[in-house]
Amino acid sequence: MMKETRTILSTTNLTVGYKDKKGIKPVLSNLNLSLEKGKLTCLLGTNGAGKSTLMRTIGGIQKPLKGEVFMQGKPIRSIDAKSLSKQLSLVLTDRIAPGNLTVYALVSLGRFPYTSWLGTLSQKDKDIIFMAMEATGILEFANKHIGELSDGERQKVMIARTLAQDTEVIFLDEPTAHLDLPNRMEIFHLLRALAVESDKAILLTTHELDMALANADHLWLINQNQTIDSGLPEDLVLNGLLEEAFQRDQLQFDYELGTFKRTSNQSKTKVRLEGDVILKRWTRSALERAGYEVTPDTSDLEIKISGSLKAPLWHLNHNDTTYKTIQELLIQLNNQ
Amino acid sequence: MNLITQGKRLRAKSLILLGLMLILLFLLDIGLGSVRIPVSDVIKTLLGQQIDNSGWQGIILKIRLPRAVTAILAGAALSLGGLQMQTLFRNPLAGPSVLGITAGASLGVAAVMLAAGTVTTTFSIRELGVDGSWLIIIASTLGAAMVLVLILGISFKIRDNVVMLIVGLMVANITIAVVSIWQFFSNPEQIQEYILWTFGSLGGVTNEQLGALAIIVLTGVILTFFLSKTLNALLLGEDYAQSMGLNVKWARVAIIATTSILAGAITGFCGPIGFVGIAVPHLSRSFLNTSDHRTLVPTCALVGGILMLVCDIISQVPGSQTVLPINAITALIGSPIVIWIIVKRKNLKASF
Repeated sequence: MMKETRTILSTTNLTVGYKDKKGIKPVLSNLNLSLEKGKLTCLLGTNGAGKSTLMRTIGGIQKPLKGEVFMQGKPIRSIDAKSLSKQLSLVLTDRIAPGNLTVYALVSLGRFPYTSWLGTLSQKDKDIIFMAMEATGILEFANKHIGELSDGERQKVMIARTLAQDTEVIFLDEPTAHLDLPNRMEIFHLLRALAVESDKAILLTTHELDMALANADHLWLINQNQTIDSGLPEDLVLNGLLEEAFQRDQLQFDYELGTFKRTSNQSKTKVRLEGDVILKRWTRSALERAGYEVTPDTSDLEIKISGSLKAPLWHLNHNDTTYKTIQELLIQLNNQ
Repeated sequence: MNLITQGKRLRAKSLILLGLMLILLFLLDIGLGSVRIPVSDVIKTLLGQQIDNSGWQGIILKIRLPRAVTAILAGAALSLGGLQMQTLFRNPLAGPSVLGITAGASLGVAAVMLAAGTVTTTFSIRELGVDGSWLIIIASTLGAAMVLVLILGISFKIRDNVVMLIVGLMVANITIAVVSIWQFFSNPEQIQEYILWTFGSLGGVTNEQLGALAIIVLTGVILTFFLSKTLNALLLGEDYAQSMGLNVKWARVAIIATTSILAGAITGFCGPIGFVGIAVPHLSRSFLNTSDHRTLVPTCALVGGILMLVCDIISQVPGSQTVLPINAITALIGSPIVIWIIVKRKNLKASF
């Protein structure tokens, strides 16, 4: 019962794709999805899987091929553009670069649906713009021009614009593309905080598996049958749907590390590792890259890791020698 | 937030400064020419007072005043046309002349001049009087609108702005080619009239025609100002504009209609004047460092008027009997200004 009222956007038997003279080209079909308030939902899929197409369709920009999208129980195509713009705001992948626009001016464009014919801002509009800039931490560059900002800062400005538009639903298309790791993490944390604190329903597309697994409350996973599995990230990992969705030749999901890795069919020398968990994790990653297979079973080749985290020591049973770095260890192993 | 109000005050100051410059250049433009008339006498005449030299009074009221007013109207109209095209296509190279709108207007005028010529060979277009002027305005506006609608239709298929610009250039070339073929099969006398028109002239507008032109341009300026909010939303691209509740299709039609009225009317009366439409929006954006159309629309109108007045003063070569074609002067004077601005202020490229 509670869950029903939290849902703000839903789809029934939705098919999205393109229509042209040659016929209908469905990209994703049979979609029965729902988006909840206060949650960060990640739409995860490989390049070209149809993430943007789906987002454009449920955002009302593109028409669905089949089925229906509901916004607060109403079919989205029956809502006029002006009302919809007060319920749903977007951050798109288009690189916008009107260099002469200041940060403040761009954020205030978010008030477009609320202002009069000339776009004059009332005190209430100004307060909302101020709050939007404060929440995204961009107050300090209010008077800078968009062209002067870094990619990460610009993305925050675009998010502030959606906050100024004051909608319950926010869609972001690849908001962390082109960003470095600290900026990626910052944007994800910001979006999660906004979802939880402002009770907004936030949907973003990404192909960054680790970010989605770590931050999403809910995952929409595009699988290889051109439909979507939805659920808690961890559930989708454990029931194998995530691995299935990204399945490629020579690609295998490492359930311990939570990432994909390449596999090869060549027979490998087996190594058994013993020692501290963290040291084992990094030693294993180096050994696997060098073409060894780490096994929990007993093996001819055994490496015992001792010492502290800051000054570890690797002991190889073969020649009964101790090494101070993994590099030295690998050179010895390769010489055998 | 203090800085924001400061910026507003700065913009208000700039607008007042530009307004004063426009008035000064307006008086200078009337005073300078083949005969030099002191500015004090110019002011007296404009205020309706008698001056000693009645010959001067005639020159001022019959020749130079309509010419100076036409210069301001042409500058404002072409600049606003360019501003709207640059925002709509989000392309710094867009403008009425580049996208073939001016070429379309030329086709309309060629149709009237060359076809009307075949019916009534002895009447040149200016002898048609007020009726003729309306005919030319309508023909050139229709020509401009025709090309714009064509470009708009293609733009629905093509979303890339650079490709769109190439398409615009091609459409312009096709239009010019049609005019060329038409010229090829026309009598030399008719072609001469048309070629004189293509040189551009601010002096051909009579007092009666000026009223019609002023009404059309002022309507266009007001319409453009009403479109400020729409143009601002379009700065982020059509998808964003739509997501903010803007009816993009309606906005496109409104912007294109306004531009074709502005560019079409001026081209009809003054000939195809290039360069102003592209340069002035850049100059305005660069000076005021803003992309807000509520400021840019009045600024572009003022800067456009100022630039055309300067070009007009130079084209009359003060102190001589020669009058150079205005079309050559706008490019000759304007291009170095734009290059200077680009070199001096590096924010021009970042406009889009």
